[in-house]
Amino acid sequence: MKRKVMAVASIGGHWIQLQRIARPLEEYYEMVYVSTRPKCAAMVEGKNYYLATDFSRSNAWKLIPAFFRQLNIIRKEKPDAIITTGAAPGLICVFAGWLLRRKTIWIDSIANVNHLSLSGRIAALFVSRVYTQWQHLATAKIHYSGDIFG
Amino acid sequence: MIFVTIGTQIPFDRLIEILDRIAPELDEEIYAQALRGKYKPKHFKLIDFIEPDEFEKVFAQARLIVAHAGMGTILSALRNSKPLVIFPRIASIGEHRNEHQRATALMIKEKNYAYVATNEKELRELLHMDLRPLKKIGEFASESLVKSLKDFIDFNV
Repeated sequence: MKRKVMAVASIGGHWIQLQRIARPLEEYYEMVYVSTRPKCAAMVEGKNYYLATDFSRSNAWKLIPAFFRQLNIIRKEKPDAIITTGAAPGLICVFAGWLLRRKTIWIDSIANVNHLSLSGRIAALFVSRVYTQWQHLATAKIHYSGDIFG
Repeated sequence: MIFVTIGTQIPFDRLIEILDRIAPELDEEIYAQALRGKYKPKHFKLIDFIEPDEFEKVFAQARLIVAHAGMGTILSALRNSKPLVIFPRIASIGEHRNEHQRATALMIKEKNYAYVATNEKELRELLHMDLRPLKKIGEFASESLVKSLKDFIDFNV
């Protein structure tokens, strides 16, 4: 039986990057997708799709309902690992995943050329592994293995 | 044919106005997917939204793509090996919610995957040139990244 991986990202650039990473993983794992708009479900037809509460710094209070929603999704699906390309909803998801002792992976957006994003730096405090998509940002703790362009 | 695409969320009047001024100098049709803003171009029509298969068709037929710095558009252009000029939206003048397009444009310029224009002069120069595609990409992220993820996910299970 295939192991299960949950792939999370807010709609837009983060989600598009996630697709390029998660699609090739579908060969090895049962993928479950989470994003912030119902229409994203159509892009991952045939796979379980969940809606996450969208929020950002401007409405940060929403992270509380977002957190509980993510907790429920993870409890229901019981993924072996959770991967996310951000942004804030992704961060809340891997935080919930960390609390529930899942393997959690943060992949920083390709747009962050000069330094890891703020969410990425926060995620680095607790996730199992952090990736950057830029070689020059790699450190002992932050991994570089390529990027979404291929 | 030049295919202009600026996303389906917000108008991008500044770019449309600039293109409208450059259009008569070019001997080429402009097909523009753009949400109508306050400015109505004289030299080409604006189409709010194009269905995905029509989008693919127009994309394939275009000689050149001019787009806002949206990740989706950039990836489509690079997958289709089309020369792409990106013109980033500026958040501080209300063209977007945050400055991530500026960051994306810088990143693309850094990688030299597409041409970048930030004003009328730069765009005009590029549109008068016979631009070649700078990069072609496949369907997925780097194999090494996918493998690294897989190894890490499988490790110690």
